[in-house]
Amino acid sequence: MADQKTLAEQSGDKPYRRMMRPMEGRLLGGVAQGLAAQLKLDPVVIRLMFVLLTVVEGAGALAYAVLWMVSPREPHEGHPPQRDWSQLAAFSAIGAALFLFTWLTGASQGGIGMLPFAVGGIGALILWQQADPARRSSWVSGASRSIRKNRVRTLLGIGLVVVGATGFLAAEGELPQVRDSLLFTVVVVGGLLVIAAPWLAGLWKELQLERRERIRQEERAEVAAMVHDSVLHTLTLIQRVAHDPREVSRLARSQERELRNWLYQPAQDADATVAAAVRRIAAEEEDSHGVPIEVVCVGDIDLDPPGKLAATLKAARQAMVNAAKYSGSPSISVYAEVEGEEVTIFVKDRGKGFDLEAVPLDRMGIRESIIGRMERHGGTARVRTEPGEGTEVMLTMKVEKA
Amino acid sequence: MTRVLIVDDHRLFRSGVRAELGDSIEVVGEAEDVETAVKAIAAHQPDVVLLDVHMPGGGGQEVLRRVLGSGSQVRFLALSVSDAAEDVIGVIRGGARGYVTKNISGKELTDAINRVAEGDAVFSPRLAGFVLDAFASSEAPSIDPELDSLTQREREVLRLIARGYAYKEIAKELFISVKTVETHVSSVLRKLQLSNRHELSRWATARRLV
Repeated sequence: MADQKTLAEQSGDKPYRRMMRPMEGRLLGGVAQGLAAQLKLDPVVIRLMFVLLTVVEGAGALAYAVLWMVSPREPHEGHPPQRDWSQLAAFSAIGAALFLFTWLTGASQGGIGMLPFAVGGIGALILWQQADPARRSSWVSGASRSIRKNRVRTLLGIGLVVVGATGFLAAEGELPQVRDSLLFTVVVVGGLLVIAAPWLAGLWKELQLERRERIRQEERAEVAAMVHDSVLHTLTLIQRVAHDPREVSRLARSQERELRNWLYQPAQDADATVAAAVRRIAAEEEDSHGVPIEVVCVGDIDLDPPGKLAATLKAARQAMVNAAKYSGSPSISVYAEVEGEEVTIFVKDRGKGFDLEAVPLDRMGIRESIIGRMERHGGTARVRTEPGEGTEVMLTMKVEKA
Repeated sequence: MTRVLIVDDHRLFRSGVRAELGDSIEVVGEAEDVETAVKAIAAHQPDVVLLDVHMPGGGGQEVLRRVLGSGSQVRFLALSVSDAAEDVIGVIRGGARGYVTKNISGKELTDAINRVAEGDAVFSPRLAGFVLDAFASSEAPSIDPELDSLTQREREVLRLIARGYAYKEIAKELFISVKTVETHVSSVLRKLQLSNRHELSRWATARRLV
């Protein structure tokens, strides 16, 4: 007991609170009030539950008595408050009516058979009470609206329920003929379905609407996240390096490219095709050297497993690196064309150019990484350059189309 | 002196372009949406309209439709931040005589405006690439062979533009005059605008989905 108390005090006296019977607002002994507080339900629901259970074999009354005995009375200062007799009378009336109904129809003799109905009723009550007020009123208005709208259907449904119920009760007298009662049960359920169909349909539509709204919100959130992660980030970075124009333009370019890809080229497979690979390589070199690289691609082809195209791409990367590092050109143009089985990539700059004959033999860049690599894989590389005229590297590779 | 009207819904961008344009260009007015653009073009009768593709009220294509539809001879140069195929092809087929993206330098833009004012076409490397791509896909039988395909020479010129060559460099490369290069580009523009290969539009839209 002591343990429980300390626990209760520690956790803000919520989860382990003991059930008490309050004096304030009680109708009989305060049991329903206390239980309602414990279960966070409306006391009216609890009271109706007790009434319902009492009608079924008197179980409610028994439960009430037991709870009364085991739960202590909440300490109360001063005069005990007056009971609300009118409410008590109302609940008694409901109980009496229910009892009369079951007695008249003979259902109370069903014994255990009545229990599911009681449980179902209590469940419905709790559901009703748990639903938020706005939704509850929309249920009610929706139901009444659809009833008004479909008067014929509603009348038909009610008729079916009545016929079914009468039939069910008539058949109840002759228990052996369960088949008849089953049949009537089906009719009852059918009638209920007819009544409830528009309401259920409305509920379904509302659910769909909610779902669509949620998807829209998720998309919005994704856009917001994207803008935050990239654009805002880059803007902040740009402010911090405002003194360095080269870095500013590099950041802006790379952000622009990312945004463009996201806007105009959704779900492009990173490196499945030549065009995609050329774009990626150009983007990487642009990022690391800070020189804008304009890429134009015409036609496309899947990358080949043997690696002829991979070699071409490596040579193209080397050509871009050379142009970015040594030419001094303000921008570089890359043009990749796939025509039938031939892949051609041009890398052009407007920089200072150089004398090809004067390049020493041991310079790996041009001779090895570009020309040598292309020739080893069965392609060709041509370099056109002159001092002051810029440089253009042309790579050609023939592949067999899959 | 070429008289230019700038149509763009971003004020900052309009003043930026104004500041960047060379001395050979006179900016006679600005407009910020379709309505004001149509009015300003009628009022100022500029030589060239710098036209933004994306604007409130229907965008650049709506301006083209209303102005050119009324029989005006004003020339348009489309200027956009987007280089999506459907925007580029759409505005060219709407009647613009050229397309450049907004990251173009001030000097290049001045050249492009002067070229459009003289009645020539202006193709960016990207646009040249799009045209090559669009005319390459020749699965459907063409209705008008003259309009629906490019000549060998036109193809060569476009390819050089896509490779980043200036008109002068193209002329030197192909041993022809700059004037001839311009003629070829104008002829490609005409085919692009008049060809009713439904493939063109379909290609442009499909490209977005790739």
